[in-house]
Amino acid sequence: MDRIERRGNAADMNARSILIEGFKTSWPICMGYFPIGLAFGVLGQKAGLNPFEIGMMSIFVFAGSSQFIAVSMLSAGADVMSIAVTTFVINMRHFLMSSSLAVYLQNASWRFVSVFAYGVTDESFAVNMAKFRGKEWGKYRALAVNQSANAAWVISTVIGGYGGEFIPAGSFGIDYALSAMFIALLVFQLRGRIYVVTGIAAGVLAVILSLLIPGNSHVVIASLLAATAGFGLRKYGRKKKGIHV
Amino acid sequence: MSDTNYLLVVLGMGLVTYIPRWVPLFFLSQRRLPLWLIEWLDLIPVAILSALIFPDLFTTSEPRHLELFQIKSLVAVPTLLFSLKTKSLGGTVVVGMILYWLADKLIG
Repeated sequence: MDRIERRGNAADMNARSILIEGFKTSWPICMGYFPIGLAFGVLGQKAGLNPFEIGMMSIFVFAGSSQFIAVSMLSAGADVMSIAVTTFVINMRHFLMSSSLAVYLQNASWRFVSVFAYGVTDESFAVNMAKFRGKEWGKYRALAVNQSANAAWVISTVIGGYGGEFIPAGSFGIDYALSAMFIALLVFQLRGRIYVVTGIAAGVLAVILSLLIPGNSHVVIASLLAATAGFGLRKYGRKKKGIHV
Repeated sequence: MSDTNYLLVVLGMGLVTYIPRWVPLFFLSQRRLPLWLIEWLDLIPVAILSALIFPDLFTTSEPRHLELFQIKSLVAVPTLLFSLKTKSLGGTVVVGMILYWLADKLIG
């Protein structure tokens, strides 16, 4: 028993410790979500939504930037169809994230992945991908990260919906929490030259494209192009020089 | 706006957000992936993270334009160095927040 518990998979068995670890791991996300969630709630309230309606959107959609845009579209009197299409375009990038996560969820049931899919966000994706590379990580811990971030999002947006700007803008640098978290998670991904090259290419491309195309499709386009270029470069490097890039 | 209309908006948004999150997980987790796909997907996280961070640091919104030197990007330099040195997620978040807060007080 003791021997089994030290192994990666069996570590997923103790539900309580998994939950606690999930919460612990997701604190930067939760902290970063709070000011944004409050801001969203306040915006929703100004657009005429009550806290219940705001919470409903956070539960059903759980995707920050698209919720902001949807609320401003609602205030501008946009129809259901155009809001749905815009939301789809904004959130298409999750397709790439779920594809990457699938590599680590090879033995998960369709039920599990159907629940897990709900919580795939930029933030939970970034945290879980960094964690999955270390061996002491499993699907239930990853799910706990997703769901605690989800809880923080729903709760903070509802509080904001009561008109509360409890955390004044700019206090304690909390507005920078998610940026700093992404910087650290990017560093975790830099495991060799090819990752640095791919990252810089994606970043520069994304900046250029973001200036040219309105909306946020630059994220998907830049990621696809840079990852494909990096993949080609890696293949080429192996073929030409026999060097592992 | 009517209640039914709002419900439709929320459900519609929920559906179109869930589908791209669900399709790859559902179809890719049930089969052995070819090596080339795994190798390609291996580069997706670094690409996505950079594609999210760079515009956040180097542009400002409404209307979106390039602004290479702003508090966000300047603070990112020591934050990045701290992260490279310590490899600590929590530490980087705290240091980034403190630096941003200080920089905002001093410059902003």
